[in-house]
Amino acid sequence: MLEADNLECVRGERRLFAGLGFRLEAGELLYLQGKNGAGKTSLLRMLIGLLPPEAGEIRWQGTAIRTLADEYRANLCYLGHLNAIKEELTPLENLLAAARLAAEDLGEDEAIDALEQVGLAGREDLHCKYLSQGQKRRVALARLVGEKRPLWILDEPFVALDVAAVDWLAGIISGHLQRGGLAVMTTHQPVAIPAGRIRELRLS
Amino acid sequence: MFKIIAAVIGRDLKLAMRRQADIVSALFFFVIVVSLFPLGVGPEPDLLRKLAPGVLWVAALLSTMLSLPRLFADDHRDGTLEQLALAPHPLGLVVTGKVIAHWLVSGLPLALIAPILGIQFDLSNDALIVLTFAILLGTPALSGIGAIGAALTLGLRGGGVLLSLLVLPLYIPVLIFGAGAVDATVAGLGGEGHLSLLAALTFASIGFAPWASAAALKIALE
Amino acid sequence: MKDRFNLYRMASPATFYPFAGAMIPYFAAVSVVFGLAGLYLGMLVAPTDFQQGEGYRIIFIHVPASWMSMFIYLVMAFWAAIGLAFNTRLSGMMAQALAPTGALMAVLSLWTGALWGKPMWGAWWVWDARLTSELILLFLYIGYMALTAAIDDARRADKAGGLLLLVGVVNVPIIYFSVKWWNTLHQGSSINLAKSSMATTMLWGMLLMAMCFWMYSIAIALMRVRTIMLERERHTDWVKALLTEGGK
Repeated sequence: MLEADNLECVRGERRLFAGLGFRLEAGELLYLQGKNGAGKTSLLRMLIGLLPPEAGEIRWQGTAIRTLADEYRANLCYLGHLNAIKEELTPLENLLAAARLAAEDLGEDEAIDALEQVGLAGREDLHCKYLSQGQKRRVALARLVGEKRPLWILDEPFVALDVAAVDWLAGIISGHLQRGGLAVMTTHQPVAIPAGRIRELRLS
Repeated sequence: MFKIIAAVIGRDLKLAMRRQADIVSALFFFVIVVSLFPLGVGPEPDLLRKLAPGVLWVAALLSTMLSLPRLFADDHRDGTLEQLALAPHPLGLVVTGKVIAHWLVSGLPLALIAPILGIQFDLSNDALIVLTFAILLGTPALSGIGAIGAALTLGLRGGGVLLSLLVLPLYIPVLIFGAGAVDATVAGLGGEGHLSLLAALTFASIGFAPWASAAALKIALE
Repeated sequence: MKDRFNLYRMASPATFYPFAGAMIPYFAAVSVVFGLAGLYLGMLVAPTDFQQGEGYRIIFIHVPASWMSMFIYLVMAFWAAIGLAFNTRLSGMMAQALAPTGALMAVLSLWTGALWGKPMWGAWWVWDARLTSELILLFLYIGYMALTAAIDDARRADKAGGLLLLVGVVNVPIIYFSVKWWNTLHQGSSINLAKSSMATTMLWGMLLMAMCFWMYSIAIALMRVRTIMLERERHTDWVKALLTEGGK
């Protein structure tokens, strides 16, 4: 259960928002909307704990995330604009390294299967610098397959995906919500997530 | 706790092995800078022998400066640094791993090449041994202190030069004790005092610097 | 109802701005008074030194400047610690306001040190432990100013600069110790103050000049911090009101 209480954000001498709060339960998706520059990314960075809010508090299961620190991050999976993959490693190595860093158990077979799901079958052993932009993005998305951590924070995950990929990702997110996970997402395109309760928050 | 440090070291070493050009060029920089001095001051053996410890150490400092931006900038650029900061481990431990990996690919090679260059300056065998040992002992401190500078200047324009401005004054004690150890050996006084002080600096740096760097990274990642 | 001096209220730039403005003339005036007293003692009253003649009088600038350069660095580090611990905006502004004055003191110390050394040793610069440490302190100041100048976001600049100051303040004793070690090892020359035979008037002269520099630094820092406040808070209501009504 994720709770935000009276959050205030000041960036570069400008107050982006104040008094912001919401409550997200298991199985719910929070759909963050607002114009560019309204503070969506800042709010996401506050939720992942990298940006301390000017005022207010964020709580996970009732405890402030600042107190939980490592414990909170163990429950968190963040996908941002950047792919967070190393070009010198292969997609397989990237997935395994990411899992190890997150203290998660990921077998090689599971990783290969995830890569297959995103359409990179046969390319698991190519250094990522030889992949196209779209393929690199899919390596990043492959992390979500079988991701057991309950809270997903996704910053514009549907950008530059083709129709089939959009459907696939919507399915993955739905599955996550159905298993009792939570998700916070920003996106400019309206995307239908088949399952889970959707809440909306608009920043102005 | 050691598992995460080992995992980070393993990852960084694997990456370094696939991008060897960076490491090798920093080493060649070291060799070239050292070779410039005789060209500048003349080939007289007595003068060169006196200059050698200082010259080798200053060149080592500069070579380390060259390789420092690499420590965090690459990971920052592709988003992996963020993921490291989001890992369920204290960022200080992650940075400790990165600093150790950095030393393995930049400081350790310097210690191996230095005695060869020391021969060019006609240093005695005793002096060469102490020189190697001193550089081996002092370069981890350079990596540690340098990490703080690299974290503070993350993503800033004028990065490399600004980094040098911040870090070189902090390197001065390492320089003094490191070169002093060799000087003392040459003068027949024994370099143990200097080496122990150098060791103290290194242990203090490796113990505290990663946490200061982690704090600086968090500031930079806001 | 009594108006208690509330520390938190004072930490708000809107409250501090007029307060600082009111304080500046007092500090400036006190500084001038101390300066005149100090110069009087230093230039006219203190006895001519047996060995060094009249030239030694430059220590009445050199020593207070050294003390202030070190003191200001410590004060900046103090504000940095406060700023990082309590996340106050004013602390970072104070540290940035003090930096140029601290650097100026360091330069003054080095310059007067050279002027003093020239008649004594015939050289404009000697690698004496204290002068060398002063030079390194100047590098630390320049590093801080360069870092804060390179960061566009004011809050990040404050925090990063603050961290650098804390790292610096821990390193200053280490650097000083290593430079002293280096100096004694190489049997370098040393500017000797001959403390045992220092006349009381000389000590008083230096203390008065130190107070002068201190008051001056406070006055200048307050002026600078007001400028920084105006620049940073230009979007807020109180600044807009200030600029439209042309207030104090």
